[in-house]
Amino acid sequence: MSLSRFSPQEIVETIRMVQMENLDIRTITMGISLRDCAHPDLRVSAQKAYDKICRLAEHLVASGESIAAEYGVPVINKRISVTPIALVAESSAADSYVLMAEYLDRAAKEVGVNFLGGFSALVHKGMTRGDEALLASIPEALAVTERVCASVNVGTTRAGINMDAVAQMGRIILDTARRTADRNGLGCAKLVVFCNAVDDNPFMAGAFHGIGEPECVINVGVSGPGAVLRAVEKDGQTDFGTLATTIKRTAFKITRMGELVGRAASEKLGVPFGIVDLSLAPTPAQGDSVARIVEAMGLDRIGTHGSTAALALLNDAVKKGGAMASSYVGGLSGAFIPVSEDIGMIEAAGMGALTFDKLEAMTCVCSVGLDMVAIPGDTPAETIAAIIADEAAIGMINRKTTAVRVIPAPGKKPGDMVEFGGLLGRAPVMAVHTESSRAFIARGGRIPAPLQALNN
Amino acid sequence: MMAGPAAVIHSDRVVMPPKSHRIIVSVIGRDRVGIISNVSALLAAAEANILDISQSVMEEFFVMIMMVDIEHSRAPFEELKQRLNAKGEEMGLKIDAQHEDVFKFMHRI
Repeated sequence: MSLSRFSPQEIVETIRMVQMENLDIRTITMGISLRDCAHPDLRVSAQKAYDKICRLAEHLVASGESIAAEYGVPVINKRISVTPIALVAESSAADSYVLMAEYLDRAAKEVGVNFLGGFSALVHKGMTRGDEALLASIPEALAVTERVCASVNVGTTRAGINMDAVAQMGRIILDTARRTADRNGLGCAKLVVFCNAVDDNPFMAGAFHGIGEPECVINVGVSGPGAVLRAVEKDGQTDFGTLATTIKRTAFKITRMGELVGRAASEKLGVPFGIVDLSLAPTPAQGDSVARIVEAMGLDRIGTHGSTAALALLNDAVKKGGAMASSYVGGLSGAFIPVSEDIGMIEAAGMGALTFDKLEAMTCVCSVGLDMVAIPGDTPAETIAAIIADEAAIGMINRKTTAVRVIPAPGKKPGDMVEFGGLLGRAPVMAVHTESSRAFIARGGRIPAPLQALNN
Repeated sequence: MMAGPAAVIHSDRVVMPPKSHRIIVSVIGRDRVGIISNVSALLAAAEANILDISQSVMEEFFVMIMMVDIEHSRAPFEELKQRLNAKGEEMGLKIDAQHEDVFKFMHRI
């Protein structure tokens, strides 16, 4: 067998992507069904969940590390997603599921994962008793646990938007921020409000193990904004067709890495391989920024006119390249534009080039939505609810996943900087509209499903 | 003549191709005397078989790449990798070992 199978250029390209351009496997996420952990006594249910997670994920972290060594590709996070807890805990008579969150937190610590997602409820058309108990438990659960992430799906293209749930989420987000005020409202960084949530998303904080999923599954999230940036920069001033091709080629290679790691992890753990999520997920590290890719296309700063078009091209090319590279693509797949986790976004928001409204426009074409956006601590609950309603409407009408993860940073005003630390980064507080949305949110009820959903 | 029954692909389980025993050892840094001899000696000591070597200068860096068969190596992969990393530090170079699949997946379909 000759080395000529690979040219030195190819080998160096791979090594450079990993070592200099921050290409990494962002997460190996094990999805675990907890449907068999329901019990009339919440404590028994929580214990069953704890035992099952510890049993199935016992080797998750070690496997991730051994794969990283074998292939020379960093595996940054090992995580777990579970069945939406509202479904699991509802059989119990309990009114609060905080106890369950504490057991999940302990399980996450026991197996060594940094986040566990699925303290969740799907309430796009209405709420059951279990959903109500879960929503009521969110602020305390996020304040007393460290690694548990919560998400609530408030709308879908087929069901419309549950505006009662939207109004309630506005209050829950404020309450969560208040209870974690000593940490700049960090609890809200672990809470996502979705429209069209997906069942197999490996990324936090919005991961949960959907109801159509198998008993246990391995999903992989890959990331490599740095590698795409470098390819775009190297290409120079080409036309848009060439630009799209360059991004597709790079996304293809990045996704192949995810496919390899997903298969290897699946084999090592004896668990079926679910999907590769080919998202460009930025980190605050220099050169690991989605904003910089948009800027490299020829814009002075992300947020200026042209940013939505640039992001649309990027998001679509990433999907096209990735879809060819993996047998199963899923999750959110596209380009994330979190503010606090992307150095280019932080700068643009700080200098005022990127406003809240432009950010919302850009979420129409990015992979998720308003992500890790710090807003003033005195923002009324109705305004937060209205922000959620706007974002959910974009998702509902465009048949895409949208989400809101905003942090009303206690005591902070527009322009202040809020530190979250680590991968969560830091964010300048962005101004939101001060004109009231109160009467609109107070209407209650549901926004009906749009006509395009009735196509079967 | 018909071939045998077509292979059944189970859609719920993605199967890894049979695992090869080949790794790619890469050396990146400034060129200096003794790189090949040092790395080959280390591999020979473990009875890891060098199948191919190529070297070139790329973007101001010296790059040497070896394809190595570790099927009969006395040191397991992790240990070999650690020894190579350490040798790299000693020589002021970046030396790493990766399973060949990572390159196969990225550059070949």
